[in-house]
Amino acid sequence: MSAPLLEVVGLSKGFPIRGGLFGAVRGEVKAVNDVNFKLAKGEVFGLAGESGSGKSTIARMILGLTELSAGAILFEGVDLSLNANAAARGRAVQMVFQNPGSSLNPRRSIGQSIAVPLVARGLRAAEMGTRITRLLDMVQLPSAFRDRYPHELSGGQKQRVAIARALAVEPRLIVLDEPTSALDVSVQAKIIELLMELGGSLGLTYIFISHDLSLMRNFASRIGILYLGRLVEIGATRALFETPAHPYTQSLLAAIPVISAAEEALKPKVDVVEGEIPSPANQPPGCAFHTRCPRAFAPCARTMPAFTDLGEGHSARCHLLSSPAP
Amino acid sequence: MSDAPLLSVRDLSVDFTRYGRASHVLRDVSLDVPARRHVALVGESGCGKSVTMRAIMGILATPPARITSGQIVFDDQDLLAMTGRQREALRGTAMSMVFQDPMTSLNPVFTIGDQMGTILKYADRRLGRPRGGAGRRARIHEVLGQVRMPDPERIARSYPIMLSGGMRQRVLIAMALLSEPRLLIADEPGTALDVTTQAQILKLLKDLVEDRGLALLMITHNLGVVREAADYVYVMYAGSVVEHAPAAELFANPSHPYTRALIDCVPKLSGDTTFRGIDGSLPDYAAPPPGCRFAPRCALAGADCQQPPPDRKVGADHFAACWRVAEAAS
Repeated sequence: MSAPLLEVVGLSKGFPIRGGLFGAVRGEVKAVNDVNFKLAKGEVFGLAGESGSGKSTIARMILGLTELSAGAILFEGVDLSLNANAAARGRAVQMVFQNPGSSLNPRRSIGQSIAVPLVARGLRAAEMGTRITRLLDMVQLPSAFRDRYPHELSGGQKQRVAIARALAVEPRLIVLDEPTSALDVSVQAKIIELLMELGGSLGLTYIFISHDLSLMRNFASRIGILYLGRLVEIGATRALFETPAHPYTQSLLAAIPVISAAEEALKPKVDVVEGEIPSPANQPPGCAFHTRCPRAFAPCARTMPAFTDLGEGHSARCHLLSSPAP
Repeated sequence: MSDAPLLSVRDLSVDFTRYGRASHVLRDVSLDVPARRHVALVGESGCGKSVTMRAIMGILATPPARITSGQIVFDDQDLLAMTGRQREALRGTAMSMVFQDPMTSLNPVFTIGDQMGTILKYADRRLGRPRGGAGRRARIHEVLGQVRMPDPERIARSYPIMLSGGMRQRVLIAMALLSEPRLLIADEPGTALDVTTQAQILKLLKDLVEDRGLALLMITHNLGVVREAADYVYVMYAGSVVEHAPAAELFANPSHPYTRALIDCVPKLSGDTTFRGIDGSLPDYAAPPPGCRFAPRCALAGADCQQPPPDRKVGADHFAACWRVAEAAS
């Protein structure tokens, strides 16, 4: 990989648990725990995991919406997590949120919503009109939409507006937090197509957060799988889907509902894990997944496994890979 | 489906009137749900799945809605000919519903046991079989066990916030099972949950259908869930059933152009097929196309599609409402 566009180093976030009469800190929820990854320019990096795995917290930290407990977020070598670099962060990174219904102000026309980041960036009023038309054009909406209000738009159209607004400041990196999970599949396909086109023509890099692994298979170039705030496996999309190494990844893939026997054959032949993800406030010792893992053995409850390199940037964190089960 | 189905909807049409303007939402919807079968009604938002479900349950707000024609037969009784009181007696007893959102369908200030107790008390009253507090508690623990909750006594004492999403979904299923219904209608079960949890919920529903002989009507937008869980599928588009078939047959041999387009939209695990959307949007229900409602978005549409399409047989128990079904299949 050439010099990375974004490098996340030792990213951690703990939220204090308060209780008792005076709200004393009684413990810590480790929402994100020592996460490391690098993004090359033009890449679509998928972050997958179940709810409570820390995907959204990572996104919020990259956007500066949540402070880091430890670690650094280097964008072309500049640490975006420092407050001194907040202006640079706002220009470099933008976000498209999950629910297009609630992420647009209902009292602002579409044009006004898109203008907000442009005004903040000091664009002159004279240029505003052409710029908004161009942004709407980029997301394939007619320029007449600038005078409409969010309630007049369908879900897919609203999400296009949200994308136009994110593009307004010409960011280099866009974080997509479940951008299509509120949409129908026929609309989802159109939005993903648009994101792919924009990515290519504008040279954008995406971090794509989703729990829909089939969608990720078709959109992301590399994927990181999170479990209880830690990356457990990371690799090129193809490698991760064809040779998943971590038992959790295997189980996630096995649980995907698919629509043909041909796809059924592509899923790992393992049973779907029982139970649910434990509370991050109460993490199991050792490998956090050992309480649900069908193949757990003695070391799993004691020590957190290190990453094992499986070649070509594919690695996973599992004792089975470093010391085979007895 | 040989013997008479437990639930049979025949040519159901529903209009909605708002500000004096009528919308023709459901048009001639027919579907059957036999006992011991898991039937799915699949379609995108706005296709009329929820209106169908509400009409069956008798919880459609009339007005604005008006059932203009059709029949809903449950256990040889014509539901639409019943009085409101008679229908109320069926609801929550013989036919029961599992709501969609496990996060918001439970009251946060009462324990699970309290909420289930209230439901059971009213169901018992309607069935005229009073049961004491201890009997109710025993029944609640029994049903929580049936949905495979560990430690039912503890769950009954818990507040919703103490339970995970998957457990809350199980509680909602348990609530629907309290009065031993024969028909269960599940609205998007498990779709708000993670895939591994969703798989567990679908397995539970499957076992309930098989072990307890329930008739299950599942409303969903997720085709993957349909293929994995359902026996028989109805595909809805813009208020009409466009295709129905056994689940395996539908995915092996989709025949209606809408079904085929919808299947093409689903991202595939192989990653090598380019998935595409469907151009255009749902028709305006106030002035729907006169014939096939999918015609304005259909690549195969022609002059004959201006007439309502017949339900054509395309295979064993497999029908598609399309004039061009032969062309669509090629």
